[in-house]
Amino acid sequence: MTEPIAYGQTPPLTARRSLLRRPTSTAGLWGWITTVDHKRIGIMYGVSAFVFFLLGGIEALLLRLQLGGPNQHVLSASAYNQVFTMHGTTMIFLVIMPMAAAFANYLVPIMIGARDVAFPRLNAFGFWTFLAGGLFMYSSFLLGGAPNGGWFGYVPQTLKAYSPGHNIDFWVFGLQILGIASLTGAINLIVTIINMRAPGMSFMRMPIFVWMSLVAQFLLLFALPVITVALFLLMFDRQFGGHFFDAQAGADPLLWQHLFWIFGHPEVYILILPAMGIVSEVLPVYARKPLFGYAVKVFSGIAIGFMGWGVWAHHMFATGLGPVAISAFGLSTMFIAVPTGVKIFNWLGTLWGGKLRITTPFLFAVGFVAMFTIGGLSGVTHAVVPADTQQTDTYYIVAHFHYVMFGGSIFGLFAGVYYWAPKVTGKMLSDFLGKIHFWLMLVGFNLTFGPMHILGLQGQPRRIYTYPAGRGWEFWNLVSTIGAFTIAASIVVFIVNVIRTKISDQPNVGADPWDARTLEWTIPSPPPEYNFAEEPLVTARDELWHRKYDEDGDGRAIRRELDYPVVMDEVPDEVHVHMPSPSYWPLVASFTLPAVAYGMIYRAWPVAIAAGVVEITALYSWALEPSTAPPDPDEGTEDHGPELDSGEPAAAELETADAD
Amino acid sequence: MGVSRRRGAVALAVGIGLLMTACAKHAPQDTLKPNGPAARTIDHLYVPVFWIAAVIFVLVQGLLLVFLFKYRDRGERDERPEPVQLHGNTKLEFGWTVVPAVLLALVAAATLPTIFKLAKKPTNPINVTVVGHQFWWEYRYTDPDIGVVTANELHMPVGRDVYITEDGTLRKPDGTLDADVIHSFWVPRLNGKTDMIPGRVNHMKLKADTPGVYLGQCTEFCGLSHANMRLKAIAETPAEFDAWVQTMKKPAATPVDGDPAFAGYQLFTSRGCAGCHTVDGYTEGLVGPNLTHVYSRTSFAGALFDMSPANLSKWLRNPPGEKPGSRMPNLNLTPDEISKLVAYLETLK
Repeated sequence: MTEPIAYGQTPPLTARRSLLRRPTSTAGLWGWITTVDHKRIGIMYGVSAFVFFLLGGIEALLLRLQLGGPNQHVLSASAYNQVFTMHGTTMIFLVIMPMAAAFANYLVPIMIGARDVAFPRLNAFGFWTFLAGGLFMYSSFLLGGAPNGGWFGYVPQTLKAYSPGHNIDFWVFGLQILGIASLTGAINLIVTIINMRAPGMSFMRMPIFVWMSLVAQFLLLFALPVITVALFLLMFDRQFGGHFFDAQAGADPLLWQHLFWIFGHPEVYILILPAMGIVSEVLPVYARKPLFGYAVKVFSGIAIGFMGWGVWAHHMFATGLGPVAISAFGLSTMFIAVPTGVKIFNWLGTLWGGKLRITTPFLFAVGFVAMFTIGGLSGVTHAVVPADTQQTDTYYIVAHFHYVMFGGSIFGLFAGVYYWAPKVTGKMLSDFLGKIHFWLMLVGFNLTFGPMHILGLQGQPRRIYTYPAGRGWEFWNLVSTIGAFTIAASIVVFIVNVIRTKISDQPNVGADPWDARTLEWTIPSPPPEYNFAEEPLVTARDELWHRKYDEDGDGRAIRRELDYPVVMDEVPDEVHVHMPSPSYWPLVASFTLPAVAYGMIYRAWPVAIAAGVVEITALYSWALEPSTAPPDPDEGTEDHGPELDSGEPAAAELETADAD
Repeated sequence: MGVSRRRGAVALAVGIGLLMTACAKHAPQDTLKPNGPAARTIDHLYVPVFWIAAVIFVLVQGLLLVFLFKYRDRGERDERPEPVQLHGNTKLEFGWTVVPAVLLALVAAATLPTIFKLAKKPTNPINVTVVGHQFWWEYRYTDPDIGVVTANELHMPVGRDVYITEDGTLRKPDGTLDADVIHSFWVPRLNGKTDMIPGRVNHMKLKADTPGVYLGQCTEFCGLSHANMRLKAIAETPAEFDAWVQTMKKPAATPVDGDPAFAGYQLFTSRGCAGCHTVDGYTEGLVGPNLTHVYSRTSFAGALFDMSPANLSKWLRNPPGEKPGSRMPNLNLTPDEISKLVAYLETLK
C-alpha cells in the first residue's frame, strides 16, 4: 500500500526508468490524453460522438437535398451510396452507441456511489479505440472512397467481385475496431455495476438508468461476437479469396443476413435501452414522483433484452424463409411489443398526478415517449408479415426506425444532455434556448420522417439515389427535405446554447439544482476526480430524495427538517483519495489498431506486422504497469507535498481499482 | 396550453397525412391501391391493424397531452401540495400488460393464416422464371406452349396467376451463376416483394384484376443503379396476351443486303453487341437482355427509358453515363454507327 496523494496534486514519478516515462500530470492537454478518469473519458466520448453527429447530420442533409425533388444532381449515384452508407454507420456506431457510452461512463460510477469504473485504463482504451476506429473509417473519404454497401453490408454486393475498391475494406476493418471498443466498454461497465455499488445499493435500489445500461451492456457482450465473426469471414473473402459467402462456389449469402441481424436486432435495443433509462430518470425528477412501477420497468427491460434475440429474421421477411419460419418470427416480434408497451404506460403513470415542471430536459423526455410510441406502433405493423412484404425496404421502414432511433434515442440523449449538463459543467444550459431547440427539433423531426410513412406506402424504395417524376412522391419528399433543415437549425440553436453557457460567468449551480433523486446529485458539480469524499451508504431507492423528503399520512412528499446538509455543494479542502495513475499504453494500443488495418488493406505487410508487434508490446506493457504509479525512490519523499492529515476518514483512502 | 396544442397539431398532421395517402393521385406504386388478390389480401390485413394502432396512438398521445395540461406546475400561483409518492399499481400494470397482449394475439390470429394463404402455390398458373441482373430483369416463360424470353416488361393475362420462380441457382454454359447480387422483385399494386438471392430459389405469385401497366422496381440495394432497376407488369386480356406470345415466338427480323437496316445489322454482329446480347437465330450473348423483339417493348435499360429512336441513340452514345454502373460499356460508336444500329434495332419488333 502506497501513500495516499492529495487530490489535485501531482503523483510522484514512476520508479521504473522505462523508455517511455509514465505520464504524471492530470493537467492540460496531456492530462486529457492520458487520463483514466471515467468522467473525463465520458466527456471525450460525448464530444467525439457529437462531432460525428454533425458529420452524420451533414450526410443526411446531402441525402435529403438529393431526394428533395425528382432527378436531382446534388450527388452522383456513387457519392450517394457512400453518403447513405456512412450516414447509417456513423449514426449507429459513431453517434448513438458512443453517446450512450458517454452517459454510462460518466454516470454509472457516480450513480452507484463508486469512485471510478472497475478498469480505468481499459476504459481509456475503449474510448481511444472508438475514436481511432471512427477516424479510420472517415479516412476512407480521402483515400479513394467511403464504404458504399449500406450499413448492413449485404453479400454478395460487398464481396470483391461487386465492390472491388477499398471502400468496403474500410467498413470491415473499421467496424471490427469499433467492436473492440464497445466490447471492452461492455465488460468494464458490467463488472463496475455488479461489483462496485456502494454499501446498501442492492440491485433493486439501482437507478433505472444503471439497470438499462447493464442490460444494454450484456446485449453488447453477446451481440458483438456475432458481427465480429461475420466481419471476419467477410474479411477473409475479400482479403484472402475465401468463399464463405460466395454463391458462385456454393455458399449461401443468407448466412450473412442471419449473422448480421442476430447482431443487428439486439443492437436496436442496445441503442434504445440507455435512452429509455435516461427518460426514466428525468421524468420522475420533474414530476416530483417516483418512477411508476420501477420493478416492472426493470423486468420489462430485461424481458426486451432476452426477447431481442428471437426476432432477428423480421428483417428478412422477403428473403423466402418459408411460411413456418416467418410466422414464428412474426409472432415473436408482436410479443416483444408487450414489454415495450408496458414501458410507455408506466411513463404515463409517472406523469399521472405529478406536479410537472416543464423544463427542457422534461420536454425532451416527453418528446421521447410521444415519438417512440409512433415508432413502436409502426413496428407492430412490420410484425404483420404480409404487410411487411409491402413495407420492407421502403421509406416506411426508414420512417419507422427514425421514430425509434431519432424520436427515441436522440430525443432521450438530448434529455440527458440538458438534465446532466449542470452536473458535468457546474453551469445550467439556457432553458429558453433549450425549448427553442426542442420545438424546432420536434417539428423538424415530424416534417422529415412523418411523410416518409406515406412515401413508403406509396412505393418509394430505400437506398435509391434518384426517382422519376410522376410517382406521386415529389411533394412529401420536398416536405421531408424542409424538415431535415429544420432539424439542422435546431442543432445550431443547441450549439449556440452550449457556447453561450460555456463562456458565461454564471455562478456554480451547486450539487443539486433540480431537486433530484439519485446519488450523483449529492456531490459537487462538477464532481471531484474521486467523486465521493466518503463512500455513501444507501438505504433506499432514490437515495437522495429520501434523505430530503419524508411522506405524510396521504403519501405526499414533505421536506425533512434537517440541521445538516444532505449534499456537498463544494469540493472539500482536504480529502486524500488514492486514484489510479494516468497511462500512455491504452492510447498506444488503440491507435495501433488502424495501423494494422491500413497495412492489411494496402497489403503493406511490414506495416501490419510492425503495428501488430507494437500492439502486443503495448498490451504487455500495460499489463505489467501497476494501476497506480509507485513513488520514485530517487525523488525522495519530500516531494510528496505537505504532510497528510492522518485524521482523515479511512474511507477516503479506499482504492477504486486494484488492477485492470 | 400552446405547447400541447402544437404537439397535437403535429400529431394530427401526421395522422391526416397518412390518411391522405389513400387519395394521392398518380401514385402508380401505391401499396394502398391494390389491384390483385395478393395485394388486396395484404391491404385487408394492414388497414385494420393501422386503425388499431391509430386508436392506441390517440389514447397514448391524448393521455400525454391531458397530463401535461392538467398536472403542469403553475409556478407561484400553484397551490397544490407535493404529489402523492405513488410507486405503482399492480392491477393497472397487469392490465396494460394483458390488454396489449390480447390485442396482439388477435392480430396474430389474422396474420398467420394469411401468411400460409399467400404462400400457397396457385393452380394452373403461367410459370415465369425471373432472374435479376445488375440492373435489369430477365423473364423466362418456361411453360412449353409459351417458351419466351424477355426483359423488364412482364406480360401477363388478367385474371390468371403468374407463378414466379426467382431462380438464383441457374448457371450459364460456362458454369458461372446467372445471378449476381441480391435483388428484390416488387410490383406494389399486385403483391409484396420477394428477394432474388444468388444460390437460392424463391417463389411468388402475381395476378392482376384489370388490364393496365403496373409499375415496380428493385427494392434490395444492388449497387450503383439500384434506383434505375425498374420494371413493368403489363396485364392484358387473354387474347392480347396470346397475341403477344405469338409475336414473341416469331424469329427475329434478319435484314438482307439492301435493307436500310442491313448496315446496322452488320455493325451489331461485328462491333461486339452480339457478344453480350442474344437475338434468336444468330447471336447467343448471355450478359445483356435478349433483344430478339426489343423494339416491341415500351422501355429499355431496366425500364428506365421509354423506347424511342432518340432515347436509343442517347443510350448507345454512352450507356454508363446514362445509367451508372451499367455493365454495357461505352463502345465509342460514331454518330453514324449509332443511327445505323438504331435503324436495325427498330426492326426487332
